[in-house]
Order: sequence, then structure tokens, then C-alpha cells
Amino acid sequence: MNREMIGFAYPPSDTLLVTKERIAQFARAIGDDNPIYFDDDAAKSAGHPTVCAPPTFPMVITMAAMEKSFHDPALNMDYSRVVHSDQRFEYARPIRVGDQLVVTTIIEDIRSLGSNDIATFRTEVAADGEHVVTGWSKLVVRGDDA
Amino acid sequence: MTSAISLANVEVGQELPPLTMTFTRAGLVAYAQASGDMNPIHQDEEVAKSVGLPDVIAHGMLTMGRAIKVVTDWVADPACVIDYSVRMTRPVVVPDTAAGVEVVFGGKVAAINDDGTIRIDLTATFDEQTVLGQARAIVRLG
Repeated sequence: MNREMIGFAYPPSDTLLVTKERIAQFARAIGDDNPIYFDDDAAKSAGHPTVCAPPTFPMVITMAAMEKSFHDPALNMDYSRVVHSDQRFEYARPIRVGDQLVVTTIIEDIRSLGSNDIATFRTEVAADGEHVVTGWSKLVVRGDDA
Repeated sequence: MTSAISLANVEVGQELPPLTMTFTRAGLVAYAQASGDMNPIHQDEEVAKSVGLPDVIAHGMLTMGRAIKVVTDWVADPACVIDYSVRMTRPVVVPDTAAGVEVVFGGKVAAINDDGTIRIDLTATFDEQTVLGQARAIVRLG
């Protein structure tokens, strides 16, 4: 991979409007029936303006944003050899119904371990300009002899 | 946020109630649709085997998404989770059977921090082996 890309920020993603249906579908798929993911009244009694999304929901939008950069010829990344090894999220607040989310993807680090490259992508997620969550995805690109 | 637990009732070493969750092929398809991760190694046995996997494997992000339920069930309000990280160390292999496979998730209070947040260390066990490493959540009770 091209180490000169370390620190590069891709242009902001398209906007994704978070809907109640999208959150419910995601919560059902992870097998979580927490009422705060489904029911406005339950969310409000916990102090939220509306239904909130589960903690790993941001990946729905950050993965799509990162995938665009995977195919950037300047990055020189062989996507067919990628394994997602680590994921972290740091939350300012939960994602909620009605959020208009935009992601900025930053190449935070690229380093070598043996024949592998290890790339850390930082994804900054904002809703109408308000910072909501930061994700870090560490991807291992297996080298030729791995 | 409104947690069901107060800091006064938390001590280091305390175990959270564990959860057992079933992973099936149909469940992987549902997660692929919900997340947009359509990588065929999570759905197609032939593709999975062609890249050296024993069979179809679960999305690492599905395992991560399920593990945090140990914490969010305990605190009730998912907004209490202010930081969550995992290393995906081993795949959950999902055979084409109606019963699927079970993964057991656990959590333990690892630290009470000076700022009043607490660190929960999480475990995920499949086939008697751990599938998530360094899995931890920072929780602010309120």
C-alpha cells in the first residue's frame, strides 16, 4: 500500500437518512429486542428524543464509505486480500432516527507486519454537522506469501 | 441516558449475566441485508471454501454487534456505552443446519475509572474457543 496516503482524508460521503425501519431491521438482525431500538416512548423515557441505533450500527455507513477508498488506485490496496481485524467506536451520542449522516474517511496509518500491510481507517460520522461517532477499522492486507 | 445500574452497586470483578446466541445461515443473510455487507464468504459455502475457510463464516461485525448486548441488557440504555472495541481473532463457522451454532457471550467489570466510567471486558466463546480478543466497552452510568 502507498504510505504517502497516511493522513489523507477522502471527501465526505453522500448523506444517509436514518429511518426507524433501518434501525429496527439492524436490531433484529443482531438479535437485540431492546425497546429503545424500536419504540419512541421507550426511547423518550430514557431521555432520548427518538429511537436510537445499536452501538455497531455506524458500520452500516462507515463500511460503505471505506469501500470507496479501497478501490482508490492511489491507495494501491488489494481488496481481495483484506481481512477486517479490529474495530473500535467512540461515541459522542447514539445515532438516532432522523439523523442525516455524513462520513469522512481518513487513512490514519499504514504499516507492515511481515509480508502483510496493516491499514487503520478512521471514520468520522456527523449528523447535520454535529459529531456523533468516530470509528477505527483496522484491516490486514495479506501479502503474497501469507 | 438512564442506566438501570448505579455506580454504587458496581465492583471490579463483578460478572454481567451471560448470553447465548444462535448463529444460523438465515441469520447471516438477515445481517448481510441489514448491514449492506454482502461479502459471499458469509453466505456461499463454495466461495468460503475457495478462499481457504472451513465453511461459511459469520460477519465479525455481527459477532461484535451481538456481544455488546451483554452490556446494553445490563444497563438498559445503550447510550451508556461511550466506547466499544474488539479484535476479531477467530471466525464463527456456521454450517447449513437449522440449529446453527451457539456463541456464548460474557462480561466482567474490569475497572472503575477515575472519571466515574467503568470498563467492561467482554468474552465470546464458540466451539470452546474465544472468537473476540481485547473486547471492551467503556460505560458511563447515569
